[in-house]
Amino acid sequence: MGVGITVEHLNAFYGKTQALFDINIIVAANHATALIGPSGCGKSTFIRCLNRMHETIPEASVEGKVHIGDLSVYNGTSATQLRRRVGMVFQKPNPFPTMSIYDNVAAGLKLNGFRNRKQLDEVVHKSLHSSALWDEVKDSLHKKSGASLSGGQQQRLCIARALAVQPEVLLMDEPCSALDPISTGKIEELIFQLKEQYTIVIVTHNMQQAARVAEFTGFFLLGKMIEFDKTEKIFTNPSDKRTEDYVTGRFG
Amino acid sequence: MPPVSLRRRVMDHAMTGAAVLTVLLVLLPLFAIFAYLVYKGIGSINIAFLTQTPKPVGEPGGGMANAIVGSMVILGIASLLGVPLGIGAGIFLSEYGRNRYGDIVRFVSDVLNGVPSIVIGIVAYGLVVMRQKHFSALAGGVALAIMMIPTIARTTEQMLLLVPQAIREAAYGLGVSRWRTTLSITLRTATSGVITGVMLAFARVAGETAPLLFTAFGNQFWNWKSDQPTAALSLQIFTYAISPFDEWHRQAWAGALVLIILIVGAVAAVRIAVRHGTLSGA
Repeated sequence: MGVGITVEHLNAFYGKTQALFDINIIVAANHATALIGPSGCGKSTFIRCLNRMHETIPEASVEGKVHIGDLSVYNGTSATQLRRRVGMVFQKPNPFPTMSIYDNVAAGLKLNGFRNRKQLDEVVHKSLHSSALWDEVKDSLHKKSGASLSGGQQQRLCIARALAVQPEVLLMDEPCSALDPISTGKIEELIFQLKEQYTIVIVTHNMQQAARVAEFTGFFLLGKMIEFDKTEKIFTNPSDKRTEDYVTGRFG
Repeated sequence: MPPVSLRRRVMDHAMTGAAVLTVLLVLLPLFAIFAYLVYKGIGSINIAFLTQTPKPVGEPGGGMANAIVGSMVILGIASLLGVPLGIGAGIFLSEYGRNRYGDIVRFVSDVLNGVPSIVIGIVAYGLVVMRQKHFSALAGGVALAIMMIPTIARTTEQMLLLVPQAIREAAYGLGVSRWRTTLSITLRTATSGVITGVMLAFARVAGETAPLLFTAFGNQFWNWKSDQPTAALSLQIFTYAISPFDEWHRQAWAGALVLIILIVGAVAAVRIAVRHGTLSGA
């Protein structure tokens, strides 16, 4: 089951440059939350703070409190343990090119020392079903490399890979920006189903996509969160002038 | 589609021709050497050459079996020492060495690459031979390993840097620790490039003679102990080539041919083994 996320007074830096300013947000469990805003506004930086990917960049640093369920992200939890509970899907599909489709999905478990063949089979089967890829790859699980799939299939493979470690939260950083409309449609459908079991935070450049998949939407501008509310309200009756300008296409 | 102008078509053919020509020019010396070796050496390769030890001057027959095995032993020791150290250094340079320490290691490694091989032989002499009090396959292996390390380290570094950061992030995102990611994801993704580097280093040291002169030393008889003077093909070729006897000259040519076949064979075997282990579409 998904868990909620609480963020209090989050500031993020790249060296001396501040990228996020005092972000406060409560993300509801088992819902999809979309983050929108123009390029460079800090959306990606923000979700990379939720699973501590931000700190893998040299000289990057974070201040503030983040809780994923009852887990304190920046206080006494190791980054590797945290990331097993918070899955991530990236902007560009990034399957492991030298691994088979099966090994890609099983990678998270295998590399963390899980070896039970039968259970691995089950997890791979289940994850590929959840990501709606099973029927397309079931005959070539061990024969084909993850990199041999099409872009849309690769992204669903990456989603399956993230699901295989059984996370509670799924972070998606513009998961459809490299995909065609049909693949995008498939991923959006998938997000709808995944919400039942996971809490989803999705960064998107596509406002229609936010409106389609998310119950809640946050609007970022220049490293600050301008407005966070129900998606419907953000798109029909935002309380901040800047949000209105952005969603009506006056800038960005 | 509009017709392509005559000028462009002529240019296209001219450039393609030039490219093919340069390839032929590059390959020519290799084929010339190989053909000449076969011409000079094939006549002296027979069962005796591959199974017997050298005979004294004047006695017909005899072979380089002990040198063939000795070369394999010395190269085996060199690879055992040099490959893990070289790959380890390459991993350090690419994953942890984007700073001043890395720059120092890179510089030292490039200098080491330029040190004359006979000087490296002297180092191995000091490190191993002086202590053991006699020449040995181990000393020869150490000398060749030192020569392999910089090549392997720098190519491994380059190959690992080619692996996109996104691949590492994918692993981090699954909760995989950094060292595990490096070994099981980054290194594995770069495997074929890293192996190319290892093979380059291997082929380069396989024919080295100078660093073996006062380390492995050479031996006219069988020796199965890694702490005793050991024959090597390159040493045997050197000894025979500078001798005044025609029979030994012929055997030197044969030895050179066997050496080059062994190197090509080893490189090809590794290539095939690696290709066998990769997936379609990878």
